[in-house]
Amino acid sequence: FPGLADVSISQDIPVEGEITVPVGSHSPDEDYSTLDEPVKDTIMRDLKAVGKKFVHVMYPRKSSALLRDWDLWGPLVLCVSLALMLQGGSADSKDDGGPQFAEVFVIIWFGAVVITLNSKLLGGTISFFQSLCVLGYCVLPLTVAMLVCRLVLLAGAGTISFIIRLIVVVAMFGWSTLASTAFLADSQPPNRKALVVYPIFLFYFVISWMILTFTPQ
Amino acid sequence: FWTLEYYQAFFDVDTKQVLERIKASVTPIPGKNFVRHRLRNNPDLYGPFWICATLALALAVSGNLSQLSALRGHPERRYSPHFHHVTVAATLIYCYAGLVPLALWGFLCWRRGGPGGDSGGSFSLLETLCAYGYSLSAYVPAAVLWVVPVPWLQWVLLALPALLSASALAVTFWPPLRAGGRVSAVAVVATLVALHALLAVGCKVTPPKTHTRSWGGSGAAPAPPDASSPP
Repeated sequence: FPGLADVSISQDIPVEGEITVPVGSHSPDEDYSTLDEPVKDTIMRDLKAVGKKFVHVMYPRKSSALLRDWDLWGPLVLCVSLALMLQGGSADSKDDGGPQFAEVFVIIWFGAVVITLNSKLLGGTISFFQSLCVLGYCVLPLTVAMLVCRLVLLAGAGTISFIIRLIVVVAMFGWSTLASTAFLADSQPPNRKALVVYPIFLFYFVISWMILTFTPQ
Repeated sequence: FWTLEYYQAFFDVDTKQVLERIKASVTPIPGKNFVRHRLRNNPDLYGPFWICATLALALAVSGNLSQLSALRGHPERRYSPHFHHVTVAATLIYCYAGLVPLALWGFLCWRRGGPGGDSGGSFSLLETLCAYGYSLSAYVPAAVLWVVPVPWLQWVLLALPALLSASALAVTFWPPLRAGGRVSAVAVVATLVALHALLAVGCKVTPPKTHTRSWGGSGAAPAPPDASSPP
């Protein structure tokens, strides 16, 4: 190397520096290690996530947060409360009663699974649990309708209460279907959207029908 | 066999196609064979499955509605939703839509001496299922309209879809059946029509009506004209 012939290195330039890699503002470990935090923090974080999803359902915008971080706590809570509220309806003999707790549960979860399978078979791009999550959360308006119906029925079971209940249930049914369609229809090719929306319509119709035909003892 | 992609082939339809198939299954034109003209080697399971589901639901809803309207004149009787009848009705419909095409296909195979290719206009199992499922769509509006408590209208609503869909099915299945001999073809078609009519009659008498004869069917308690009503 001819160009380097006259470069001389003095023998006593000290070589110094840091060997350790500088640490960032917080190490990546601390972010994911949630074992050390108090239990209250864990629960509050999950509750906040569920609450945020409820808000998303009530004001359906096309946000992907609901789809990305799916969880099934919300659907479980909604399903259980709906099934509990549908109890106690004209069960004079074991055969003629309304839907039992287990039946409501099975209908909701089995119906959601079938619809998810259907949309996946038709070529949807949404994953299995994401779809279950959306369908479960969109039962929220119908649970609210059930609550309202029970309150109205406390006041009396005449024609006026029936009309009120009808209007409330129809409105909430429309809201549920629209909310879930807003989330799910985008994942389908455009010429099959109606094929996917129709089973969702049937599913919420069944639930609305159970709510509307509920008569207490 | 167990992957999703295998079954995706059975759901390869668009909205327009489904609607066209439904229309075609209720208009029996002697020239147009449903399988050949509409399905064109693309049978699907979406139609049959969801049409059966809609039919079961429509029967349940109309049963409830007819019961409610019957109770309207008798405020002392309590409304009971008879939820278990719904499951029985749904099971019956799905069994019919699944087993009868299976039997028909098996019969066609046996006539030809074994499941073969497409020679002579034979139909595959999927196509048979498809044709049957779509033909049940004629019963759906009838099931909804059965609520109207006018007897002659109910019988008309019973006969019309049964005739329409049965004749559509007969037109569809005539070519492969004819290959096995005229007499047997007539016999099979007559059986098909009879089964179809039986389904219609079964749908009619299933929802228990408190002002007519209640359903004396398998095991479920008929609607109690309540002796426990308060005076």
